[in-house]
Amino acid sequence: MDADLELDCRGMLCPMPVIELGRRLAEVPIGGTVAVLATDVAARADVPAWCRMRGQEYVGEDTADDGTPRYVVRRTS
Amino acid sequence: MTNASGTSGPGPGPVSPAYLDSASSEPLHPAAREILLAALDQGYADPRRLHGPARSARLMLDNAREVVAGCLGVRRDEVTFTASGTDAVHRGLLGLLAARPQGGGTVVASAVEHSAVLHATEWVAGRGVTTTLVPVDRLGRVSVDDVVEAASAGGVSAVAVQAANHEVGTLQPVAEIGGRLDGVPLFVDACASAGRLPLPAGWSTAAASAHKWGGPAGVGVLLVRKGVRWQSPFPGDDRVDERASGFENVPAALAAAAALQAVVAEREELGARQSALVDRIRQRVARIPDVEVVGDPGDRLPHLVTFSCLYVDGEALVTELDRRGFGVASGSACTASTLEPSHVLAAMGVLTHGNVRVSLTRDTTEAEVEGFLAALPEVVRGIRAEVGL
Repeated sequence: MDADLELDCRGMLCPMPVIELGRRLAEVPIGGTVAVLATDVAARADVPAWCRMRGQEYVGEDTADDGTPRYVVRRTS
Repeated sequence: MTNASGTSGPGPGPVSPAYLDSASSEPLHPAAREILLAALDQGYADPRRLHGPARSARLMLDNAREVVAGCLGVRRDEVTFTASGTDAVHRGLLGLLAARPQGGGTVVASAVEHSAVLHATEWVAGRGVTTTLVPVDRLGRVSVDDVVEAASAGGVSAVAVQAANHEVGTLQPVAEIGGRLDGVPLFVDACASAGRLPLPAGWSTAAASAHKWGGPAGVGVLLVRKGVRWQSPFPGDDRVDERASGFENVPAALAAAAALQAVVAEREELGARQSALVDRIRQRVARIPDVEVVGDPGDRLPHLVTFSCLYVDGEALVTELDRRGFGVASGSACTASTLEPSHVLAAMGVLTHGNVRVSLTRDTTEAEVEGFLAALPEVVRGIRAEVGL
């Protein structure tokens, strides 16, 4: 999946990947997408939960070239 | 729990620390303490021998069994004392599998079972037993239809569904599931609810843990319904009860029974008081920005509430609350021994970081709860400010 902004959160522990997402979402326009690359396993639950709590859209998960899970979010507001 | 106020000089904490982690372990009930002290002196002998002190010990053990059976509404010969709640869980579930002549098969379990259940299924995975996990909804509850459907697949040896979730308090529809399983045995982990709520119907085997209701640690209760096929999954022993192994801890079993009796006698009044305090916590905590209270708001354990705070590190939260004199648990990865986030919270689709579980003891006061509610917003704000949010 393409994304307008890639956040490299590899090696960060929870809740840092979600904090990065919260800090930097506004850098993409409404309708734009942000991808969070995270090795921390908590991100798999926490990125979709963050989207639900903040009213943003969780697009889905794929994998980066190095195998790191990558979670894609669309800014809706 | 660390005595923060006793070791850290001037601080914002209350005078005496408030222990809000009864779901991990309830302090010893006063009724149990009295019995335990007396039984330590009189219940030392081997209950299997034929002399006077042995007869005393045997009498105490039989008495404990009788009391526990009465409190749980089961037959005396369905009750076995085990070395712990975990041991009772392992025997309860694995004993159903061991009794199947063909061996192997599939276990159907809710995705939010206690790790003791999941460790048991992992242990038998190498012997050809597969496990099907049934997902839960946002409140942490399995659907009866989903469980029944999974159990109706060929080769299912046993179903495992907890009475109530130990992390978020949500009650499971155990009796309805048990009524529709059509011959597949149901193991019910009742460790989180036993004593606090009546044992639900529908179980073939069940497990409970004394230190969760105010008895001493080191006493579990295994229930095997009369007529259910069950065989010990572990090496046998020649003790009073063939379903357990090892020398019986007679004083602790008797104290556990005394605590259970006291807790059952007071649970209506205590449960209502705790439930009202939990309602208060749920309402007030939900007012803190970006904090989500999870689990069923109504159909739940009386004494327990869980919430997650966005952008907050769970370890920092627990540590700072401890410094202010509040002992709470957390399902966040950074506070767990495993470095994995809580599988319960993940299965529910709720935030796993910044998680706090508050569980009230029978002595928790309104003032302690108010103190906690007063401290929490400031603690959350402080931790968020450190990361610029």
